[in-house]
Amino acid sequence: MLSTALLVGCFLQGCSTSARLVNAASVKPDSERKPAPDFTLKDADGKTVHLTDYRGKVVLLDFWATWCGPCKIEIPWFMEMQRQNKDKGFEVLGVAMDDEGWEVVKPFVADLNVNYRIVIGNDATAELYGGVDALPTTFLIDRGGKIAAVHVGLASKKDFEDGIQELLQKPGGIVEDREKAAVGGPGGAGVPAGPGAKH
Amino acid sequence: MLVCLPVLAQSTKQYLTVGELPKVAGKRSASVQVKIPVSVQAGFHVNSNTPSDEYLIPLKVTWKSTGALEGGQIAYPKPSLEKYEFAEKPLSVFTGDFSVVANFKVAANAPAGPGVAVGQLRYQACNDRACFPPRTIEISLPYQVQ
Repeated sequence: MLSTALLVGCFLQGCSTSARLVNAASVKPDSERKPAPDFTLKDADGKTVHLTDYRGKVVLLDFWATWCGPCKIEIPWFMEMQRQNKDKGFEVLGVAMDDEGWEVVKPFVADLNVNYRIVIGNDATAELYGGVDALPTTFLIDRGGKIAAVHVGLASKKDFEDGIQELLQKPGGIVEDREKAAVGGPGGAGVPAGPGAKH
Repeated sequence: MLVCLPVLAQSTKQYLTVGELPKVAGKRSASVQVKIPVSVQAGFHVNSNTPSDEYLIPLKVTWKSTGALEGGQIAYPKPSLEKYEFAEKPLSVFTGDFSVVANFKVAANAPAGPGVAVGQLRYQACNDRACFPPRTIEISLPYQVQ
């Protein structure tokens, strides 16, 4: 487990300490993207949410917490992006990292009228994504379930908007990848690895 | 593999340190006071004991066991109001080096001799672009009943 966490951490943050608190990447070329680790978490209604439920959509996966000031700046941006792009195959998924869980998250979400799905995260999920110590940490995931960009700390709204638009312009990654797999091409399957996968 | 370790290690990183507490000494029923030296890493801040927003986590010292000492009321320093890019209003924070003062009274029936009071300091740190999960630091206060 330790080696897995290290490997995923390196993969997500490039083994560079200097990359932790900066805008870590713009949208990467498709060939450099790695599968976003799957997870199973519960939403406010108690429904089970898997990241793989979102395959075929562009996903903005936001790790945040109620005690995180910079997160509070980004959340209204994400609400706007959700409104503007929902019909184009885009979803925001917020992973709240509050230890107190829904007790504190539900009132906060209600106060801000958050219009996208929130789940409660845990250490295991955070570990899959490289530890996620600094909040906010936000991943842009393409239609094929691969991580196209990582933003650690408060990023610019334009970076998110540009990344989302670029990813939305691409056709569904699932179809593309299945075609590659059918002909036995390199990097064919494109199926996100499950929890604990090594990259 | 070794070059990757800092990525994982950051999950236990402390952004605030508590210096060694001086040994306090007092006679039975006497008041004793101890300064708890605290240092916040440069470039970071922690919420004060009275944060500006209800969702922010305050710095707080609590005592788990005080032995022959009674009380332990905490006096926090005056916070500073700082403006950060991520907040509309200035935030009530502590930065740099400061002291938190704990006030005790030696119990009237305390046996003479040494002891240790044990407590915790909880804080939540941010820099100007990101915040980090709340951390707890154990505090040990050695004392001597004279």
